[in-house]
Amino acid sequence: MATVSIPTILRTHTGGEKSVEAQGTTVAEVIDDLDARHSGLRDRLITNGNLHRFVNVYVDDEDVRFAGGLQAPVKDSSTVTILPAVAGGMR
Amino acid sequence: MLVIRADLVDGIVAHARRDHPDEACGVVAGPEGSDRPERFIPMLNAARSPTFYEFDSGDLLRLYRDMDARDEVPVVIYHSHTATEAYPSRTDISYASEPDAHYVLVSTRSDECEFRSFRIVDGVVTEEDVSIVESYGVVESYMFAHTGADDVPDNA
Repeated sequence: MATVSIPTILRTHTGGEKSVEAQGTTVAEVIDDLDARHSGLRDRLITNGNLHRFVNVYVDDEDVRFAGGLQAPVKDSSTVTILPAVAGGMR
Repeated sequence: MLVIRADLVDGIVAHARRDHPDEACGVVAGPEGSDRPERFIPMLNAARSPTFYEFDSGDLLRLYRDMDARDEVPVVIYHSHTATEAYPSRTDISYASEPDAHYVLVSTRSDECEFRSFRIVDGVVTEEDVSIVESYGVVESYMFAHTGADDVPDNA
């Protein structure tokens, strides 16, 4: 199973756990499995079938936006890191 | 209330002035659970824009890895507005996702320093007082009065 690192703002879904496990061969499958184990996580990560623009997901330190998005491959030994984007501004 | 050392305030303001007219951004990390900003980490604004800021996604990952390794959290997340007041914009609010952080805004629109701090939780902005101290653990402190109209955004 892959290890998934959970940011502070989503730990309400994991009972406060910083790191949880989930199964899947792609990011999409891992998120489905995460949601099955920790209800509500999918909606915090995916909007209209795409990764939420406020969220960054990395598989083994690579931002999946540049590696196939939700179809990015995940291995059993992978670490999936979820981080909220830090952004904003006057615009 | 945000309690923050004067040298950190100076560092944030200097960074904002240096990057003007682009928005500047960064973090002051501190020990988890302490609510004490200690380690000043100016970040690159990957957007290089006068109206938007964004941490580069690789920089963001390295920053959080580094903080995790040191048992730190982002106590302060700061950025500058270069033509408007130091108050969270709609964009700031929609992106804000560290419920425990102090969101510091600096405005560089004039020579006068605006340095204000906010909590942003579930889309709700609450301004808080800022107490600037020479060092933590010192009783003597003075309040840094925020400037501008009280709690009223320019373009609500």
